[in-house]
Amino acid sequence: MRLIPCLPVLLAASLAGPAVAETGTQAGFLWAAGPIAEAQRAHFLSIIGWMSVVIVPLFVALPVVLWRYRAGGPGAFRPDWGNSPLGEAVLWGVPALLVAVLGWNLWTETLRMDPYAPLGPDPLVIDVVTWNWGFVFVHGAAGVAEVDRLTIPAGRPVTLRMTSDSVMQSVFIPRLAGQLYAMPGMVTELNLAADGPGTFTGRNSQYNGPGFATQSFDVIALPAGEYDARIAQLAAMEGTLDAAGFDALKGDDAARPQGFGAVSDGFLAEIVGRYADPRMAGMVH
Amino acid sequence: MTPFGLLDWSDLVFAGFLRDPSVNEAVASAAGAFAVLGAVAALVVLTVKGWWRPLWSGWLTSLDHKRIGIMYVVLGLVMFARAIAEASVMRAQQMAALGEPGFLSAEHFGQLFTTHGTIMIFFVAMPLLTGIINFVMPLQIGARDVTFPLVNAVSLALTAAGAALLMVSLVVGRFSTGGWSGYPPFTGAAFSPGEGVDYWIWAVTLSSLGSTLTGMNFAVTIYKERCPGMHLFRMPLFTWTALCTSILMIFAMAPLTVATLMLALDRYAGFHFFTAGSGGDMMNYANLFWLFGHPEVYILILPAFGVWSEVFSTFSGKTLYGYTSLVIATMCIAVLSFTVWLHHFFTMGQAASINAVFGVATMLIGVPTGVKVYDWLLTMVRGRIRFRVPLILGCYFLATFVIGGLTGVLLANPTVDYGTHNSLFLVAHFHNMLIPGLLFGMFAAIHFWFPKAFGFRLHEGLGVLSAFLWMGGFLCAFMPLYALGLMGGMRRMAQLPEGPFGPLLAVALLGALMIAAGFAVFVLQLWWSVRHRDRLAVPHGDPWDGRTLEWALPAPPPEWNFAVLPEVDRRDPFDAAKLAGIAYALPDRYEDIEMPANSAVAPALGAAAFAVAFGLVWHIWWLVAFGLAAALAAIVARSFVTETTRTIPAAHVRQVTEGWRSIARVATPCPRRAEATGANRGRARPQQ
Repeated sequence: MRLIPCLPVLLAASLAGPAVAETGTQAGFLWAAGPIAEAQRAHFLSIIGWMSVVIVPLFVALPVVLWRYRAGGPGAFRPDWGNSPLGEAVLWGVPALLVAVLGWNLWTETLRMDPYAPLGPDPLVIDVVTWNWGFVFVHGAAGVAEVDRLTIPAGRPVTLRMTSDSVMQSVFIPRLAGQLYAMPGMVTELNLAADGPGTFTGRNSQYNGPGFATQSFDVIALPAGEYDARIAQLAAMEGTLDAAGFDALKGDDAARPQGFGAVSDGFLAEIVGRYADPRMAGMVH
Repeated sequence: MTPFGLLDWSDLVFAGFLRDPSVNEAVASAAGAFAVLGAVAALVVLTVKGWWRPLWSGWLTSLDHKRIGIMYVVLGLVMFARAIAEASVMRAQQMAALGEPGFLSAEHFGQLFTTHGTIMIFFVAMPLLTGIINFVMPLQIGARDVTFPLVNAVSLALTAAGAALLMVSLVVGRFSTGGWSGYPPFTGAAFSPGEGVDYWIWAVTLSSLGSTLTGMNFAVTIYKERCPGMHLFRMPLFTWTALCTSILMIFAMAPLTVATLMLALDRYAGFHFFTAGSGGDMMNYANLFWLFGHPEVYILILPAFGVWSEVFSTFSGKTLYGYTSLVIATMCIAVLSFTVWLHHFFTMGQAASINAVFGVATMLIGVPTGVKVYDWLLTMVRGRIRFRVPLILGCYFLATFVIGGLTGVLLANPTVDYGTHNSLFLVAHFHNMLIPGLLFGMFAAIHFWFPKAFGFRLHEGLGVLSAFLWMGGFLCAFMPLYALGLMGGMRRMAQLPEGPFGPLLAVALLGALMIAAGFAVFVLQLWWSVRHRDRLAVPHGDPWDGRTLEWALPAPPPEWNFAVLPEVDRRDPFDAAKLAGIAYALPDRYEDIEMPANSAVAPALGAAAFAVAFGLVWHIWWLVAFGLAAALAAIVARSFVTETTRTIPAAHVRQVTEGWRSIARVATPCPRRAEATGANRGRARPQQ
């Protein structure tokens, strides 16, 4: 029974683990580097705070009760005691009030943190296509694309328009944006921003076969000038990303190009269209 | 195509090792060999000991709810051994694979997490809780059996056929890599060709059919078979949770059966329910699966809540605190469980307001659950707490369950879920609910009711040792996973990147091994207790100073349970009878009792179902046809059986009953302080 008082300590120790560990790029939203992850962290910590209202009393009371009412202990024995109106009111009332508060927070935060809502005016729109097992990012305005690497300008809102050319995947950038599914034949949108320059890990979090464990990409947030230089560097690359070039990408991991200097018009729509039902042509949009 | 469909010698797991003698294939072959040797050993023991006949007539064809319940529990424990071993292998692979591939192939790792999850849910948790309810519930309501004894046996046979399919997949072919939730289009024919997903589909389908029948059987039993005076609000809380679980089974298993059959149509017949493109909609699968999957969580946990209610009350020597509250809370949970399924895919891209509605609904479940936790704590207040194994596990459950509740409320918030979905934080959360909640609840139930089922207690010291190994093991195995998840570790990863993950993974591996060791000690405890059953015998039937009707019976109870159906006028009737000194009074008259006669229909249907499923997996169509014909023949044959019951003469009932009671009523009552010693022969001295 000695374990029980130790529990909160153990929990705290294991939660503190990441703090003492080298954080690096592999980390979650507790090491927030953008407004979305910062809000997630704040919400996360506030819930723990509110929930301690019902959790702490249990951790305090349990050892006391076990000690006091152990067989041969000092507590009075009243085998028929099974009800008290005041107790019932507290037992139902406190959690109900707590859930009312937490529910209100949940509602407002969920609507405020809608992944479809841009984080400011004029977001940079980047198209994302995932496959088994990789990512291509299309900077539409510049007409360039990069593979397994996402370069964004630090401080500017970014909108990812995502689809999958294989199975259901989940594009996850823990320190910036959270995650949203990318699915074949559909486009979902994830909005994010990086507070400052840095390198962050992104990955697919939805199992999709043997290459899953290593299906990740680097998100590189650059100051505006360096971002433009990177785009210029991509524009100088050979090759055009079109449907055929994209399919060629999927074959050989080792020979995978790092980027494309040009992108065919409507590339995202073309990949999405691969999954349209021909019988439904003209019935959607 | 050969007469054996797609099946070929090269599908044997050992052929894989001969082709490619790697560590990966060696692990697979060792598992296959273990399954084969286990089966052979069982056959040899049965033959050498001459146990075939008693096995067949006493168990496999028995329609006695108690024996069916025990067989369910045995099935669950056997499958548990496999699923723990798989968990340990997965953690070992992850330890070996920091920044490199490790010793298992990614494909093999995918099979491991899929079988681990599928087995733990469908072939460990469900059989354990179904078995415990089967054994206990009819006794608690003063009934002689469930309403449909043959259906009960058929449910078990279907579940066992599904489990057998999973065991066969260790040796023949590969299993699915699609996880226990089997999301298409990954599990569709285009991305997962071959037998793997088909094994998963048919194993889960058989199990879900069995559980649907079980749910109906239990619900009708509780509605119709209660003894005189057993009003709903006089039922023990365990029976209440059994009722709620049964209702959930009836409504929740059907969407799973439908979803797996639709996926089968996609795979076998070129349908497009869930395919990418051609009009398929993979999101429908997620909805159907979790329309089952979330109520399933409460199917699993509610019976354990019932067990904890009995444990806290009995081992505090006191009535349950807040009985009505606990009943209402259980019902609230059962209803709300159907309103929250979408929280399993907050990240699928729907509107924020939809997520908000389902997030709030999810959080509402926290209210009745919180009420329950404090009701159990208050049950111990003003009691005399005795630290037997079930209570030790119960206190640990209270402390750890609130941590799982906290992380559950965190995950209920879509905002937080965007950052933790699919991560090890989620894995830690649901293991946090299912291990201290469900699994420890089932082990508490086994300790608690084992003496009732077999007539002797389990060795207390070994029980405490295994409990502490489990409790420590759980903390080590899953607390680090919360941290790993927040650090960016995802579930189902065959290898994690180098970096800060190593130390925490090492602790998690240690925890998995401790849990495995705890199970080994549990098996040792069973063996030791059987060997020394005379010392641990509790023939008078009431080793724990129980309060409900099942403790008023001898241990083990006779086939007919109650010589005369009891009449109750309050809750905890046996406790009241003991205090009044009338607990062992003799009935004034006896009648002939009709009990269901043995039937070979259930094992026949189970074997036929296995043949159909195996034939479907390997496209052996003649075997499918043969299995279906055999099943139909068994059902038709049964309809010609006119003698479905047999009569037990009143004289025999009288002889057995008076033989037991005349000894029990003069036995020396055991005080509670001697409860864990040989002085406890099952006659309790009432606590004043």
